[in-house]
Amino acid sequence: MLRILKNISRKLLSTFFGRKEEIRIGFYGPPNAGKTSLANRICKDWTGAEIGQVSKVPHETRHVQFKEKVEIKHKGKTLTFKIVDTPGIATKIDYEDFLRFGVKRGAAKKRAKEATQGIIESIQWLEDMEAVVVVLDASENPYSQVNITIIGNLVARKIPLLLVANKIDLKKADIKKVQAAFPEYPVVGISAREGLHMEEFYEALFALAKKV
Amino acid sequence: MKKHSIKGLSLQVIPFSEIEHLSISERVKKLLALVVAQKIVIVQGRLRAEEEARLIEDTMAMVDHIKNFKGMELAVIEPDMRDKDFWTKMRYSIAKRLVGESGALTIIGPCSLVREIKRDPKKIELLLAN
Repeated sequence: MLRILKNISRKLLSTFFGRKEEIRIGFYGPPNAGKTSLANRICKDWTGAEIGQVSKVPHETRHVQFKEKVEIKHKGKTLTFKIVDTPGIATKIDYEDFLRFGVKRGAAKKRAKEATQGIIESIQWLEDMEAVVVVLDASENPYSQVNITIIGNLVARKIPLLLVANKIDLKKADIKKVQAAFPEYPVVGISAREGLHMEEFYEALFALAKKV
Repeated sequence: MKKHSIKGLSLQVIPFSEIEHLSISERVKKLLALVVAQKIVIVQGRLRAEEEARLIEDTMAMVDHIKNFKGMELAVIEPDMRDKDFWTKMRYSIAKRLVGESGALTIIGPCSLVREIKRDPKKIELLLAN
């Protein structure tokens, strides 16, 4: 109810004052799909500063982090976003998984504890999003229940979404698998790390913003 | 090498009628209680998207508070309608509207147990055969 009222007041403001406020856009997905890498790429391109740290160890992002007033220009148009980077959503957390990456036992336990809280935080922030970019690792099997649950929740809440098949620079990457798994939604293949196909991403992002 | 075994594996089948009258909280609580008790739960039908999200939230809240509980594995098996003819698809669609997603099965289990089964699927085959 509160969300509906907020949306109405925002729309009224933009109608009266002729300006579109910033669009709250969330970056969601499983751990290590490259959500922060993509958010960093965008923030670095348009504000000069990154949003957070990235790592090969899963669950590097354990708190929701955001950057406001990110002004993006594309084909003569300008839109302002609030970029919300969220911790990866998973159904299990085992600190022993972090040991394989050389993390010390104590630090791994702490990381696991923070990661569980991060997942809860991610899900709770979903309510506040106006649009969501679901970031998937194109080299992994897209048919995971977590991916289906995230997308199902966005559809249930009527939040427009864009699917990003990240890591297309990897040999194993297969964007067609992502498209086949979720044929109802637009999919853009990129490499956030290498900056590949970012123009196509911005094109899709502006199309997504239109649905808000 | 450490020898792994599945001790006291039990499957619990829950008909949809048993949980359909419950609220989201009650439904999730019931399912999680079984998972924490090291049971593999097979629910007739599928949970709504928001129930799945709530299940993940509540699971995460328990990970840190219950000894040796590290989360769950969740899978939904739905009948493959891709190669079925129009009438079969329509019958399924009508049945789905009338009685919910009864054609689907939701399987939820503690991740430690599922990991054991993945390591040696023959163990579960043996258990199911007996």
